Amino acid sequence: MGIEQIIFYLFAGILLAAAVSVVTVRNPVYAALFLILAFFSSSAIWIMLEAEFLGVTLILVYVGAVMVLFLFVIMMLDINIDIMREGFIRYLPVGLVVAVIVAAEMIYVLSSESLNRAMPVAKAADYSNTKELGRILYTDYVYPFEIAAVILVVAIIAAIVLTHRKRAPNVKSQNPSRQVRVKRGDRIKLVKMDAEKQPEAGTEGGK
Amino acid sequence: MIPLSHFLIIGALLFSISVSGIFLNRKNMLIILMCIELMLLAVNINFIAFSHFAENINGQVFVFFILTVAAAEAAIGLAILVVLFRNRGTINVQELDKMKG
Repeated sequence: MGIEQIIFYLFAGILLAAAVSVVTVRNPVYAALFLILAFFSSSAIWIMLEAEFLGVTLILVYVGAVMVLFLFVIMMLDINIDIMREGFIRYLPVGLVVAVIVAAEMIYVLSSESLNRAMPVAKAADYSNTKELGRILYTDYVYPFEIAAVILVVAIIAAIVLTHRKRAPNVKSQNPSRQVRVKRGDRIKLVKMDAEKQPEAGTEGGK
Repeated sequence: MIPLSHFLIIGALLFSISVSGIFLNRKNMLIILMCIELMLLAVNINFIAFSHFAENINGQVFVFFILTVAAAEAAIGLAILVVLFRNRGTINVQELDKMKG
């Protein structure tokens, strides 16, 4: 058994164990942390498959952004875990049966001979996965790439609009469009008035 | 040498674990969202394995787009979850029956 196999089966085992923990563990915070572990180990598998850029992206985007968001939401919501766990035992048999059937069918199909090809030769040391991916992304897939950018913008705006809380009526806030539209006349008012005689020193005590 | 089928089986097992996770945690919407993330991860493992064994980088581009859409989906899903909790005081899927669907 070469070092490659040892690393692969180690990370695959960690990945599956973490996935099982995500669905069975009691506390959602632990579930999120196990999900992070699953992302880390699958990123290791991706790097073994010479998808270095995506392996790093998985850690940066998922562990760095999505899972932090998950943890924020979990800690923000006050969840009663006991009520949430109701029916776990009741649905355990049907869940297990479905999982085993799905897994058995897929394993039966996937271990057929036609899929049994050998691993290709490793790329040369000066081959850059990031460069290749970037090249194809900005040439063949430039239009989907722009659509992906639009999807991200839509997600940002949707998340803000959904969670934006209406301000209370007595809160003072700025109105940028009114601020921009303001004219000199709105701010300064020149009043013509007669000059008055200065009050004499000493009459206003203490000045 | 690790055959292609082993990578695909890892993906299949991961997928079936997350399917069973939706069955088991059918009350907690947070865990259901996490299970969806795990499913997408299983799909991505398949894409990358095929991309490597077919020596074709197009599969990695698909994974790139799946990651983008999954990030957007997680952000919107969690935003909906927060609004839901604010309005109803619960994220129990069983109690979210206001639309009588």
